[in-house]
Amino acid sequence: MELRAEKIYRDFIRESRSTNRFTAVKETSMLLAPGKLTVLMGRSGSGKTTLLNMLSGLLCPTGGSITADGQDLYAMSDKELSRFRNLHMGVIPQGQTAVHSLDVRENILLPFTFYGDVPDEKQAQELMERLDIAHLAAAMPSELSGGELRRMAIARALVRRPELIFADEPTGDLDDENTAEVFRVLKEYAAEGGSVLTVTHENDAKSYADVLLTMSAGTVSQEIV
Amino acid sequence: MKSLAVKNLKGRSVRTAVLMTLAALLSFTVLGGTLVVRSLDKGLVSLKARLGADVMVVPKEATMKKKFEDMILQGTTGYFYMDMSRAEEVMEREGVGQVSPQFFLASTSSSCCSIPVQLIGFEPETDFTVSPWIKRTYGGQLGFCDIVAGSDLNVFVGDKLSFYGVECTVAAKLEKTGTSYDTTVFASGETVKELIRSSLEKGMNDFADIDPERSVSCLMINAADGTSPEELVNDINIHVKKVKAYKTGDMIKGISDSLGGVSRMIGLLIAAVWVLGIVILSLAFTMSVNERRKEFAVLRVIGASRGSLAGLVLKEALLTCTLGSLAGAALGLLVLLPFNGFIEETLALPFLLPGVGSIAGFTAGAVILSVLSGAAAAAISALRVSRIDTGLILRGDN
Repeated sequence: MELRAEKIYRDFIRESRSTNRFTAVKETSMLLAPGKLTVLMGRSGSGKTTLLNMLSGLLCPTGGSITADGQDLYAMSDKELSRFRNLHMGVIPQGQTAVHSLDVRENILLPFTFYGDVPDEKQAQELMERLDIAHLAAAMPSELSGGELRRMAIARALVRRPELIFADEPTGDLDDENTAEVFRVLKEYAAEGGSVLTVTHENDAKSYADVLLTMSAGTVSQEIV
Repeated sequence: MKSLAVKNLKGRSVRTAVLMTLAALLSFTVLGGTLVVRSLDKGLVSLKARLGADVMVVPKEATMKKKFEDMILQGTTGYFYMDMSRAEEVMEREGVGQVSPQFFLASTSSSCCSIPVQLIGFEPETDFTVSPWIKRTYGGQLGFCDIVAGSDLNVFVGDKLSFYGVECTVAAKLEKTGTSYDTTVFASGETVKELIRSSLEKGMNDFADIDPERSVSCLMINAADGTSPEELVNDINIHVKKVKAYKTGDMIKGISDSLGGVSRMIGLLIAAVWVLGIVILSLAFTMSVNERRKEFAVLRVIGASRGSLAGLVLKEALLTCTLGSLAGAALGLLVLLPFNGFIEETLALPFLLPGVGSIAGFTAGAVILSVLSGAAAAAISALRVSRIDTGLILRGDN
């Protein structure tokens, strides 16, 4: 699935400042193409997460449009967009994102529960094994380390085999070995036809990128890989 | 989604237990309060029906001791008599319609009861107050030494009871009235006269010099058409000496007033608990939602719509409040049903529980009201959850 952003930008209101409007992401156009791993790098506060949230249908841009295979995301109703995200997007947000009343397996299978879909237990098992958390399937999130929780979130984002993957600092709590494994997983996912965007600080990510973008003060620039 | 709601509730067991307790308190208060008020209302209606006459006439000395009102209203035992000539004088007054005498006696002790019981005799030929009520459980004619026992007396039909050496047979047992009549024994006037005679012979009657054949305890009177009970009471009190006429409506006015006070107090209590419960439930739901903002944002990321997030919050609230309300209602029934006698004694007011159907209706009503209140308290939180800015929450977590 191809995701195209046309002249999108995002303003925020800061009531505590004298200049109360600021632009977190300046006018940007970009394409997430199938089969490509796009890596977005930049300093903290440069607007990376805001851009990722707009592209993943979580934050309406102030202007511009985002289409997925020609479908305007923000022209959809909330119900349609939610279902679209459920079926076609896998989002790995920053930080710890476990649902604490569910065990690891249930957390991973959570995307199947909202619309009564049959859970893909086999895919969940494969992902857990691939991410080395299979032995924690029945563990509760409170029993997991930060790195294990991140791997669980990655498995949850991939379990429905969505065409679009958005990963916001997916390796934040991981050691070098696991960081490399996560990028390998994302790279393979892209190679199998997925459109993958990952926001990261890891310099190592450059070596996996098909498309490398940098962001500074709300402006996106493409780097040569 | 339902299983997610259940797992969320199980996963936060302390919070769930607190919310359930609040819901239980709501339904317990509403059901308990409503049942007490309705039982008092029903008790009063029952008492009015049992009195069954416009006017009661008793010897003046009975009123001096307040014994008469206590007997009727508080269930204390007692007896008093006036000479038949006084009763005949009353009966001859203009405006007297139906009239029937009653004969009182208190037992010393009996095998049925650990305390003395009140005995009331009536004339089956003229009676219009006790007979209609007895006919509801006993269709036959009461023979000599046959008795009808109040519902709270520990006897069964066919049992033999001895009063002052006279053996009597229990012919029937009455329905519960919630009044002092539940501990009273009824018999024909001839039977009670025989018991009075026997008590006199044994020297166990406070009135040693009365002639049972020429004595009555009270007259139950309905005013004739065209005469008001007030007019009749005034006429009797002015023209017949050594008796006191009462309008039965006035006799229970004190009870009615007390009942109104108790009902208002219970109503206020229900309202206070209700308002407090809803406020605390609202706060608890709001705090819970605030605490779980990140979790709801994650559910949005995974594909939950705003509506389904609000639905999740409402489902959790409904499940919690339903379980809590059912527990509270069950506790209310467990307290009220077995201990209604104790409540009656404590309140010192007529107290008659509604029928099974009504109790079931009140229980269902209290549970539904409590659940709906919980849902209403959660509605604001559900609305807030449906409006969360996922991007902002996820960004703010950095």
